Amino acid sequence: MHPVRKKRLTIILFLVAGLGLAVGLATYAFRQNINLFYDPSQIASGEAPHDVRIRAGGMVEDGSVSRDEDSLLVRFRVTDFSSSVAMEYEGILPDLFAEGQGIVAMGRLRADGTFVADQVLAKHDENYMPPEVHEAIQRAEAKKAAAATTSSAGY
Amino acid sequence: MSMWRWFHKFGSPKWFFDIASRLIPWLLGTGLVLLLTGLVWGLAFAPQDYLQGNSYRIIFIHVPSAFLAQSVYLMMASAAVVTLVWKMKLADVFVQTMAPVGALLTFLALFTGAVWGKPTWGTWWVWDARLTSMLILLFLYCGVIVLGRAIADEKSSARAVAVLVLVGVVNIPIIKYSVDWWNTLHQPATFTLTKRPSMPVEMWAPLLLSVVGLYLLFGWLTCVRMQTGILVREHRTSWVRALVRSQGV
Repeated sequence: MHPVRKKRLTIILFLVAGLGLAVGLATYAFRQNINLFYDPSQIASGEAPHDVRIRAGGMVEDGSVSRDEDSLLVRFRVTDFSSSVAMEYEGILPDLFAEGQGIVAMGRLRADGTFVADQVLAKHDENYMPPEVHEAIQRAEAKKAAAATTSSAGY
Repeated sequence: MSMWRWFHKFGSPKWFFDIASRLIPWLLGTGLVLLLTGLVWGLAFAPQDYLQGNSYRIIFIHVPSAFLAQSVYLMMASAAVVTLVWKMKLADVFVQTMAPVGALLTFLALFTGAVWGKPTWGTWWVWDARLTSMLILLFLYCGVIVLGRAIADEKSSARAVAVLVLVGVVNIPIIKYSVDWWNTLHQPATFTLTKRPSMPVEMWAPLLLSVVGLYLLFGWLTCVRMQTGILVREHRTSWVRALVRSQGV
């Protein structure tokens, strides 16, 4: 390669690498602000501020959803499998909202540790499958669970 | 040495023009067949998703355009290096003629994502790292188009655009890894090079066809648009004059 071109190429590589490093450090410094939401562990450890509009996200805990009889109030717990946080929301939930489903809620953390949401978004995961496959997996899991209970009942 | 000779030959506008003429029918034909097969298969015959029902089918448009939107930027960045180091006109023709196509693909990815996000997430738009970095990509494409047109002198325009493209290339790994580095509403990648896709074959096969089809169609569009760009820039050369005379234009 011609020495002048080699020199130009080296300069460009250095500039792009330096720029990448600068942007990398900047995004690293801002990492908390780039995160869309706090997870339950961060809320439990007191990282999330109280009475400020924030987002909190995680999995809706199985068996934790309770709906109010005569209003749209829904209470549920959101977990990341190490901590969980109680949430309240009044309004219409997205179609994908279900127990075991990931959600991101926007709202305020009350002093008693309950998160009062004014918007609930459903987070979709990267898995896709046809309904029949999903049913087959659930049947297999139920079978496994049943087998486990009968074998433990034998003792 | 022969690689360098080939590389410099590739930089000759006339040589590229002739090769492009031969590639155009093949790229258009196979690209159309693959894309249409993939889209019809995906939109009409692939199974529903257990959770989202039919609305997931937007991935057959969303994923190919998002993939290509990022690839086009990487191709433009490689061409920008060639512009700055080797001063090849052809590299700048690629950057400036294909930037609008990249912008269109980015817009398509953002738009289809918003249409899907409304029923699935419950919102059209959220300022998470993936969506925001993709919006920045759209702005970068627009910046490249505007900057290229703003400078009349061909050489300074080429240099300025190449520098802007290279500055923006840091955004590409951010788009790619945003879903892993930060908490985002957008889900992580379904397709990786190391793992099996988290999707059955009857869903990813049509998706793969649409992706390959769209890349081929992009190749076709590159040939067509670059030929036009070459004719405009080389209109004073003898071979372009001869070509125009022989075609009777």
